[in-house]
Amino acid sequence: MSNRKFYALLLLTAVLLTLGIASLSVHAQDVSGDLEIFSWWVGGGEAAGLEALIARFGELYPDVNVINSAVAGGSGVNAQAVLSSRMQGGDPPDTFQVHAGSELNDTWVAAGVMEPLNFIYEEEGWTESYPEGLISLISDAEGNIYSVPVNIHRSNVMWYVPANLEQWGVTVPATWEEFVTTTCPALLAADVTPLAVGQAWTQMHLWESVALGVLGPEAYAGLWTGDTDWASAEVTSVFETYGQVLACSNSDRDGLSWQDASQRVINGEAAFNVMGDWAAGYFLVDLALEPGVGFAWSASPGTEGAFLMLSDTFGLPVGAPNREAAVAWLRFLGSAEAQDIFNPLKGSLPANTDADIENTELYNAYFQDAYTDWTTNAIVGSLAHGAVGYGEFKDGFSNILAVFATDGDVAAAQAIAVELWNEVYGE
Amino acid sequence: MSKAGRITAFFVLLPSIVLLAIFVYGLIWGTLTTSLTDLERVAALRGLPGQFIGAENYERLVNSGLERRFRIDMVNTVFFTLSFIAACLASGLGLAVLIDQKIQFEGVFRTIFLFPMALSFVVTGVVWRWLFQQNSGLNVLPTAIGLPAGNFSWHLSQDKLFTFNWADVPNILVMVVCGLVIYFALNAYMKKKSQRAAFLAAVAFLLLMLVTFNVPNQAAPLRSEEHGFNVALFSITIAAAWQMSGYTMAMYLAGLRGISDDLREAARVDGATELGVYRHIVLPLLQPITLSAMIILGHISLKIFDLVYTIGGENPLQIDMPGLYMYFVTFRSGDYGRGAAIATIMLIMVAIVIVPYLATSLRKERN
Repeated sequence: MSNRKFYALLLLTAVLLTLGIASLSVHAQDVSGDLEIFSWWVGGGEAAGLEALIARFGELYPDVNVINSAVAGGSGVNAQAVLSSRMQGGDPPDTFQVHAGSELNDTWVAAGVMEPLNFIYEEEGWTESYPEGLISLISDAEGNIYSVPVNIHRSNVMWYVPANLEQWGVTVPATWEEFVTTTCPALLAADVTPLAVGQAWTQMHLWESVALGVLGPEAYAGLWTGDTDWASAEVTSVFETYGQVLACSNSDRDGLSWQDASQRVINGEAAFNVMGDWAAGYFLVDLALEPGVGFAWSASPGTEGAFLMLSDTFGLPVGAPNREAAVAWLRFLGSAEAQDIFNPLKGSLPANTDADIENTELYNAYFQDAYTDWTTNAIVGSLAHGAVGYGEFKDGFSNILAVFATDGDVAAAQAIAVELWNEVYGE
Repeated sequence: MSKAGRITAFFVLLPSIVLLAIFVYGLIWGTLTTSLTDLERVAALRGLPGQFIGAENYERLVNSGLERRFRIDMVNTVFFTLSFIAACLASGLGLAVLIDQKIQFEGVFRTIFLFPMALSFVVTGVVWRWLFQQNSGLNVLPTAIGLPAGNFSWHLSQDKLFTFNWADVPNILVMVVCGLVIYFALNAYMKKKSQRAAFLAAVAFLLLMLVTFNVPNQAAPLRSEEHGFNVALFSITIAAAWQMSGYTMAMYLAGLRGISDDLREAARVDGATELGVYRHIVLPLLQPITLSAMIILGHISLKIFDLVYTIGGENPLQIDMPGLYMYFVTFRSGDYGRGAAIATIMLIMVAIVIVPYLATSLRKERN
């Protein structure tokens, strides 16, 4: 074969190959370049879920180079600090993770740095497939929708080991009062920690479960709208109960991560632990326990019929360097397919109702149960996880709880909470 | 210096002067002005400047119920600084004296004692966090020699010593100043400057009368709330002193080597015991070293962040420090004005420690 013929053949092959790739990637259209995804998912099931999403996105859009910039720190505390300075410096990522509700609305939307995503919702028909209550959490008063939810988590879940409870002769308390007056003394007598609690944010997490249990969903929701008076006797009894509940917990709280606290229940050192349903992921995946046997759950005392929710969402900042790729990512993220990839790994419920929730291979017994609650219960937002009261109120409140943990002074804690509420939301 | 030399010197110094002016003094000025505004995250994102609100941020820090955490931090800082400096000076001096006994393998010991300083505070923090675990670590140490295990909860302990009321702080501050004045009065009296001594004594008496009639407390009415020395701070002191005592030792060792053997011999000839030699010759000659060490250790402890953060995490108030709170307020709550106010207060505290030292050493150089 002459050289010229060889080169002609080579050229032909190259042309054919290019055409072939082009026809393969009909989805990709002309989306290309770098796509920076900013989140705080760095470990465990959530990082695995994000990686799986990115892998599938890479198949659909092979020309996009995904940059996964995740910043470590539970509940996104450090990621948000980094994000703030980047946004102020005019260097936004293409898309970033943000909790639905107050965290999205009172910071980024209020600052006018988010792009409305209504066009995606309309083109993909998501206004039908996402629950109305969830959409209202990520919209402003004019009906502009600002982010795409990937998952739903429940905060008010109490975890235990059934066999251990039987051995200690206690049952799952139905109210916090029952927990404090009956369950707790019985467990203390058996030399078992009644409730395992961890570091600061898990204490706020516990507080919101106590508040919901004492106040009920309507009055709890009123705390954030101003309909429930922070100075009222009901709120006093929330702090009183919270103090009694803390007294039933381990004393080395600040030394424990949430995993350490959950682990104590599994080890049989403690009877109960209140934690979000990411604990189910921890029990199932990391500890390989069987639901219903190795661990079991109920709504935290007094919160049966109420669903304290939080949701991770992704938004589109104004001035995203690669807007086209970010929009493609958001369209993918909201699809039932993406939600079924991500949620079984992360251990959360899909936000898109078109997802294949009935598939028991994807969603185990816990999530079947939780999904029923999600669709039938009263829905309220989590303070510890940004759905309500995000920013100055949440940070001030975490200081109130930190002081309360040292002195247990109900009157002082409530008085300062009132002052804080007036300062942040008053006028 | 020749004229040409002076011009060269100016141009050689110019880059550092410009950099310092922008990145140190410019930013200090920026922090100071921000601390007088209500600038916060959402406004900053919108590109709006903060509103000027005067000293409101400072008033809030000192007196608002919402800022109890800041006051706990201030009390913690004072106690931690005192105990940390005392621990470092004592252990540093002790080690230096031991090494100075003309022992074998001196270099090896010196290196061992200095090694912790090569670590970052983050590493020290993580290691000590493990050691402070209640059911393992230091608490089980006594069992190695057959004693029962300890049950001290270290950095998680909620116990307090020396509790006092925040409202009494003005009185306490005046008492501290009064104590200093009495010290200087005695000093002047010893040096036979009786006129000066009498004046200082009169000032001290006046201050004492003010406190007796509760004037400072009434002049600056503060919130009534209980504060105290958190026992948990001992753990931070231990970890920090473990890291810095080798450095203090090195400073003292240099000082000890600077004291000539002739002086010690002379004292011994005069009949001083070995203790007496230290008491009357060595310690007085080491005084300048002690002062430098106090300054260096003091500004480390006032600004401490990483060690506390790695040992305690986010919110344990018993070991909280202003540096941590400044970070949380500024970068988590996004309240830049208040964060800047905390930073300014920290700067003033460090300045109180450092400026008099710089002033005296500059004066000495000039003489």
